[in-house]
Amino acid sequence: MHELSVCQAMLAQVEAIAKREQASRVERIVVRIGPLSGVVPELLRQAFTIARAGSVAAEAELDTELQQVRIRCRQCGAECAASSNRMICCECGDFRTQLISGDELLLASVELIRE
Amino acid sequence: MCTVCGCGEGETKIEGHEHDHNHHHHHDGHGEHGHTHDYGQGPAHAHAPGLSQSRMVQIEQDILSKNNQYAGANRRYFEQLGILALNLVSSPGSGKTTLLTRTISDLMANYAISVIEGDQQTANDAQRIRATGANALQINTGKGCHLDGHMVGHALETLKPEQGSLLFIENVGNLVCPAAFDLGEAHKVAILSVTEGEDKPVKYPDMFHAADLMLLNKIDLLPHLDFDVERCIDYAQRINPRIKVLQVSATTGEGMEAWYQWIVASRQMALAGNPAVPA
Ligand SMILES: Nc1nc2c(ncn2[C@@H]2O[C@H](COP(=O)(O)OP(=O)(O)O)[C@@H](O)[C@H]2O)c(=O)[nH]1
Ligand SMILES: [Mg+2]
Ligand SMILES: [Zn+2]
Ligand SMILES: [Zn+2]
Repeated sequence: MHELSVCQAMLAQVEAIAKREQASRVERIVVRIGPLSGVVPELLRQAFTIARAGSVAAEAELDTELQQVRIRCRQCGAECAASSNRMICCECGDFRTQLISGDELLLASVELIRE
Repeated sequence: MCTVCGCGEGETKIEGHEHDHNHHHHHDGHGEHGHTHDYGQGPAHAHAPGLSQSRMVQIEQDILSKNNQYAGANRRYFEQLGILALNLVSSPGSGKTTLLTRTISDLMANYAISVIEGDQQTANDAQRIRATGANALQINTGKGCHLDGHMVGHALETLKPEQGSLLFIENVGNLVCPAAFDLGEAHKVAILSVTEGEDKPVKYPDMFHAADLMLLNKIDLLPHLDFDVERCIDYAQRINPRIKVLQVSATTGEGMEAWYQWIVASRQMALAGNPAVPA
């Protein structure tokens, strides 16, 4: 369960941003998770309820936006959506494809409150 | 908790590493180390009392950027010294340590080799490695399910792998978590044994996507099993068309020569552009 350490890393970034922006608390955190990122959104949300305690985001909500796996075919050039365990071209069926997105783990935005 | 870098190390124990509160980090480039952010308390602090403002701040930053900085520092260290670092990942029991002990015995006449062993609790694997004569350092991650770039950075301070050497990192036995944590290695090598399901690549796509090489181990047992090798390779390539697959037996030695050739070729790549280190 490495989602807890991922959560701690995320909260450290959020704390730094809140401090820089002189916010008193954080209302919402939006993260963008690719299916190939190694992180399970549900576990991240669970870990968040533990990790947020005592932080500037103690009352924050966590939104997890699951990204699509998108690939580009090296043979025919088609771009298509794929599933993380079947990255085959949707046009020609070739397996020689390149990942365009789907392995990201991003802190996308935070909603800050300044009182 | 490491007071210098502020990292939560939890229960991590690195052999020979006194994590005292005054330690110095020698590994250069640890971006965050000793860095104090200067958030000035400017006039913007004054505001109408009772008025609370809410606003969205767009960030788009990699959550694992801190780990990636440590990993990046490790990678620069490896590049400077012409060290080939490989991160070995698998489920528990796939044969990582057995594969390493044999690899070391077969290659140590030609290359200096050191090993970082990751395990939650025991130091058994580092002892098995040391029995071959290679340098090994154990990292116990406690409840942590993966090694990270920071732990490896500290391990390097103690292990001090030599110029032009091979460094193997045996990650904690787990096909999920180590996928997300770059250690600075040149390649991740996933080990899958034929006693496991041939569909493991599709069950753990993150890991097989991140690996450059898959070693299909324990092929000596194939006659007793109905493991479909072709199918397994097909699954792995569906997830990762770049992945190279080699079939080996760490106990009989079958197929190991191809693995050694892959190591030597990868080392050449690691040394390219590093004329300071003799090949
Ligand atoms: N038959 C067979 N057994 C193996 C092979 N490689 C490892 N083993 C056995 O698998 C078990 C686990 O091996 P180990 O190296 O400790 O796995 P690790 O947990 O991945 O480090 C041990 O009993 C090994 O002897 C192999 O190629 N063939
Ligand atoms: Mg082992
Ligand atoms: Zn195509
Ligand atoms: Zn430290």
